[in-house]
Parts: sequence; structure tokens; C-alpha cells
Amino acid sequence: MSIVEEAAFQSIKKASIVLPADVKSSLQRAYEEETSELGKTQLKAILDNVVVAEQMGRPVCQDTGIVSFFVRGRSLDYKGFEEALRRATIRATKEVPMRPNAVHPLSRRNSGDNTGVHIPSITYIYEDVDFVDLTVTLKGAGSENMSALYMVSPGEGMNGIKRAVLETVVRAGGQPCPPIVVNVGIGGTVDLTFKLAKVAMTRPLGARHPEEEVAELERELLALVNSTGIGPMGLGGKITALDVKVEYAHCHTASLPVGVNIQCWADRRATARIYPDGSWELLS
Amino acid sequence: MAEYRLVTPLREEDVRRLNVEDVVYVSGIIYTARDMAHKRLIEIAEKRQKPPVEMEGSVIYHAGPVARKLDGEWEILSAGPTTSSRMNKATPLLLKYYPVRMIVGKGGMSREVAEALKERGAVYCHYTGGAAVLAAKCVKRVAKVEWLDLGIPEALWVLEVEDFGPLIVTMDSRGNSLYERLELEVRSRLEGLLRG
Repeated sequence: MSIVEEAAFQSIKKASIVLPADVKSSLQRAYEEETSELGKTQLKAILDNVVVAEQMGRPVCQDTGIVSFFVRGRSLDYKGFEEALRRATIRATKEVPMRPNAVHPLSRRNSGDNTGVHIPSITYIYEDVDFVDLTVTLKGAGSENMSALYMVSPGEGMNGIKRAVLETVVRAGGQPCPPIVVNVGIGGTVDLTFKLAKVAMTRPLGARHPEEEVAELERELLALVNSTGIGPMGLGGKITALDVKVEYAHCHTASLPVGVNIQCWADRRATARIYPDGSWELLS
Repeated sequence: MAEYRLVTPLREEDVRRLNVEDVVYVSGIIYTARDMAHKRLIEIAEKRQKPPVEMEGSVIYHAGPVARKLDGEWEILSAGPTTSSRMNKATPLLLKYYPVRMIVGKGGMSREVAEALKERGAVYCHYTGGAAVLAAKCVKRVAKVEWLDLGIPEALWVLEVEDFGPLIVTMDSRGNSLYERLELEVRSRLEGLLRG
């Protein structure tokens, strides 16, 4: 088996069973800060579930989602790279085990192994580093189904961006299993808009955008979302979201696309770093 | 927010006492049922046949477990709740034909279901979405499984559970729905936030 396949398999396995440290501590903080009694019961059950899943080595949620890879680096000089990612997905489906979720969009026929046309999805991000970071995310349907694209009128500007995020979160209510993470892509052309939202998804919770203006928008959007009162699992409370993350691109002067992608509390991701000498490690 | 520990079969008077926001733990026997099992239960009633399980005082759980058979015994690996709104259409009929006393799922159900719960004397309880391993841990034994021809997730699993919960009563037997109340509150806050 290739290094890439093994690194990808171990990443999927870890992502499905163990939540990232930033997500666990964010859920713990949410439990401490939530004042609604009902909300607290939900966060307690979530935290208990996270511990038990880890202890028993079982997927943290039965919806093990669609497998997506994000590849960062400059050297993709691995023969059979994408084939290795597919094989890793098939193996993880069998061995973890994960629920087979990938179906043909027209016939709805299930492939049985979480692979199919363009699935697992693979996004390449050029970075000038001497290694390749392979990040896997597992995204359930309950939250993905709540995503929305807004073509905001440039004249509406910042208010339009806030409206896009707030309306999407309120329309979703308790359905995407809050506390959610809201990943927002602003600008670009629509393909890039959602790619940016997905790139934001791979950033740890609490890690603010490097540009202060964008970081401030993230803080403001998080405060707004948590003012809606939707609360954990939509049962009311002050913690509706664990974080809001924004990535942007320049866009056409006549356009302002805003892509809002909702992530459930089970924000599953893991990264393997692969070095030029063929060694690799799972990053914590 | 009172807390109750109930044992199946549930009695109508115990269920009618529950209010929205109460916390319940259930012990005894519960049945999983999703889209296909609902359809079959209704077909059976309409043909005036008997279902394979006792429905008096029963608890229906909207869940499609992940199960495996080890040495001839079924084991439930994961049993998180599925989205209940998919059963909105079937549930008033289910409640009409069978004396179900509690439905457990996630996300809430329609006004029509709220009316049927009121008329028949039953409640809807929410279980934490995604808490699949925790739910599986409450399952002490698979008493039996019916309708495996529907596939493992859609089959009717008869599960012996201990302190299954915390279940939150979100729709009681007086027609109250926590979802409707919260939605009004959230929508009016949204208007304020957008006016900024």
C-alpha cells in the first residue's frame, strides 16, 4: 500500500472517531457558557457522546458524511495520488466502519463504498511549502442541506452579507444539529465562493482570519448568530454557533456573491503531513 | 423542567401529565421505525391485520441503527435519531390506528402531528442529534427485529433500553409545540437584528 493511501486512511479513521481538539474545547466552553437548561442538556449529551465514541472507537455520528480531501502544497508528484485517496476511502468505509452514503444523483443508486464520480472530492490548494498537507473532512447531509448562495446587490454591501448569514442560519433552525459552525465565502465567482467557504471549514475553530477587517467581521457575525436564540439543537439558548469563519476573493464590480455553508457540531477533520522523503505524520 | 423516569408500556395518564421542556428517561422496550416501517404499519392496520409487536403504550423511535450480528446475537453500534419531519405525513395515521404513547426523534414535527398527539394522548420527544454512540449504549439487548427485508436501517428493531435519554418533551399532549414557540421568538429577533 502506498504512503498516500495509508496516510489518507488513517486520517479518515481519525476524523470519523475523534473530534479535533479545537472542536472539543469549543464544545466544552459552550457547555460552560450556555445558560438555557435545555441547551445544557444537549451539550452534555454531545460531550458524553464524544467521549464514548472515542473510548469505543466508533464513529462520533452515524452520518459519516461525504469524504472530501483538501491538498495543500506544491508537489503533487505522487504517481496514482487520486487513486490512493479513493482506495483509502473504500478501506475506511469497510474497516471503521462508515455508513455508505455516496449515491448517483439521478438513479440514487448507492455505490456501497463512499466513492463515485468526483467523490471523494479533492481540492488542490497551492502553497509554497516542502511537504503536502492532506486534510480530510467528513460532512453530513443534515447541515450541508442548509447551505445557501446569495447574490447580494453590491449596493447593499456589508448589510447584505450579514442578512445572507443570518437568514440562512434562522431558516436552518435546529435542523443542522447546532451548535453549528458557519463557513462563509465572500466574493469570487460562484464556484470560488463556495470553495472559499469550504477552505474556511478546514481552519481550526477560534483561529481568526489574518486580516483584522475580516477577523472583525467574523467576530461580529458570530455575535449576531448567537443573538438569534436558536440554541443547541434548536431548543433555545445563547450558543447557536461555535464559530463563524470567512474567506474572501476579489469579485466583479457588479457582483457580491456570498456562500454560506453550515457545519454541524460534529466538525470532523484530520490532517496528515507527507514529507518529500516519504515519511508522514498525523497532525493533532 | 421536571424530570421523569418512565417504564414501557407507557400509560396514557402518565404521558398526559408531561409538559413541554420536561426531561424523560425511558426504560423497557422501544421500536425503531423510519419511512418504510411507518408505511408498513399503516398498511397492516388498513388491511385489519395484526402488527408483529404490541402497540399498546408503545414508544416509536425515528432511527436507523447501524447493527451487526456477532455469534448469532445482534449488536447495535450506533442509533442516533433521524429527522422526524419525514414522518409528518404518516404519523397522524399511525396515531389513529395504534395506541402509540411516545414518538422520539429530532427536529420536531408538524402542526397536524401536534393535533394528533393531543387527540390520541401522546407526546413527541427530542433526542440529541448525532449522539449516536450514547444512544447505542442505552440499548441493553436487541429483543428482536422484524421486517429485515426493508434493510437494516428501515427494519423495525425491538430494543430493550435502560434510561434512554435525556429525552426532551418538545410537543406535549395539549397541542403545545416548543418548536412553534421558539420559531416565533427567533423570527422576531431576526427582524430586529437585520434592522440593526
